Amino acid sequence: MEHAISLLFRSIFVDNMIFAFFLGMCSYLAVSKTVKTSLGLGLAVTFVLTVTVPVNYLLQTKVLGPNCLVEGVDLSYLSFILFIAVIAGMVQLVEMTVEKYSPSLYAALGIFLPLIAVNCAIMGASLFMQQRILMDPSNSQAITSVWDAVIYGFGSGLGWALAIVAMGAIREKMQYSDVPRPLQGLGIVFITVGLMAMAMMCFSGLNI
Amino acid sequence: MALFSKQNKEVFTNPLNVDHPILGQVLGICSALAVTSQLKPAIVMGLAVTVITAFSNVIISIIRNTIPNRIRIVVQLVVVAALVTIVSQILKAFAYDVSVQLSVYVGLIITNCILMGRLEAFAMQNKPWPSFLDGVGNGLGYAMILVIVGAFREFFGRGSLLGFQIIPDACYDLGYVNNGMMTMPAMALILVGCVIWVHRAYFYKEK
Repeated sequence: MEHAISLLFRSIFVDNMIFAFFLGMCSYLAVSKTVKTSLGLGLAVTFVLTVTVPVNYLLQTKVLGPNCLVEGVDLSYLSFILFIAVIAGMVQLVEMTVEKYSPSLYAALGIFLPLIAVNCAIMGASLFMQQRILMDPSNSQAITSVWDAVIYGFGSGLGWALAIVAMGAIREKMQYSDVPRPLQGLGIVFITVGLMAMAMMCFSGLNI
Repeated sequence: MALFSKQNKEVFTNPLNVDHPILGQVLGICSALAVTSQLKPAIVMGLAVTVITAFSNVIISIIRNTIPNRIRIVVQLVVVAALVTIVSQILKAFAYDVSVQLSVYVGLIITNCILMGRLEAFAMQNKPWPSFLDGVGNGLGYAMILVIVGAFREFFGRGSLLGFQIIPDACYDLGYVNNGMMTMPAMALILVGCVIWVHRAYFYKEK
């Protein structure tokens, strides 16, 4: 239990996808213009991460790892292709489910849903999970069971959502600021994200 | 068609100037920021992306007329994933320490928006040779930013370039201290912000 809580908080604040690893930056910069769209994309990413990380965990431990499928064969070099296929398939599935059962949410999310397939945060979380399987179980970053994988996926999704909503709020306010002309738009956004990342660094000593 | 006609030259040089993939089109920023804390991984990453962009462009361009339109994204992802797997295995075999430093970011080339963007926007409509030039141009534009930011961060953060000490010991004796802030992730964002500022200030003046 203690390990789960620690893993959750670490993945939200310390190992934040945006501020510590810069993952999912493209859609982060493109979509964070208003709070409303940011919230929609943040929730969609959280959901997809919570589903894909455990599925890829099972794939990695039951099929791809050394001696899993065939004795003496290590298939882990196939992980890139399989992970991206799982992610693309899962996003398609989520899209169809949402379209069928909640057309209003589907309309609100619009183009963002299919775009999640090429969001690096999703692929990144699966690849980090692959690294963390090998870690010592006493390490607070280690992922040793499917539940850990669910918690890690959920936590990193939540951290990403938090970051994009905060950025959306700041950009709404920034519309009224007098920014030098060449710095307008992307330049100032980068510098703002940098300052936010600096602030998030104070969590790096967090230990539960 | 001549191999280096004027049109082809433009295809190659445009991504290095106005249509720069990172500064102009804002693609592929994720990995650009993460691997630049030192110069060496930045150069290796830039080369890997250049090679993968060029060859995936060529492959997609060759088979572009046979890909059914509805499943083109999946086909593109599979081609890119296969190339990335090859590059990652080569890196593990010949440059193991760099591949450890790059860790997950080699795998993340698959989801690099520059690749998908170029495949969709250029390779699907053009012949293999211009596609190759376009891929190399975009890859080099990407590598350029990586090298600039990587050099800045290593020089100010560690006082060295490519692992060699640049700032002499005498300076440290006089009280010079490395700027530890530069090795932190936050400074990468601010540096890229500044590079974008300079780039826009320069190109918007001409318009």
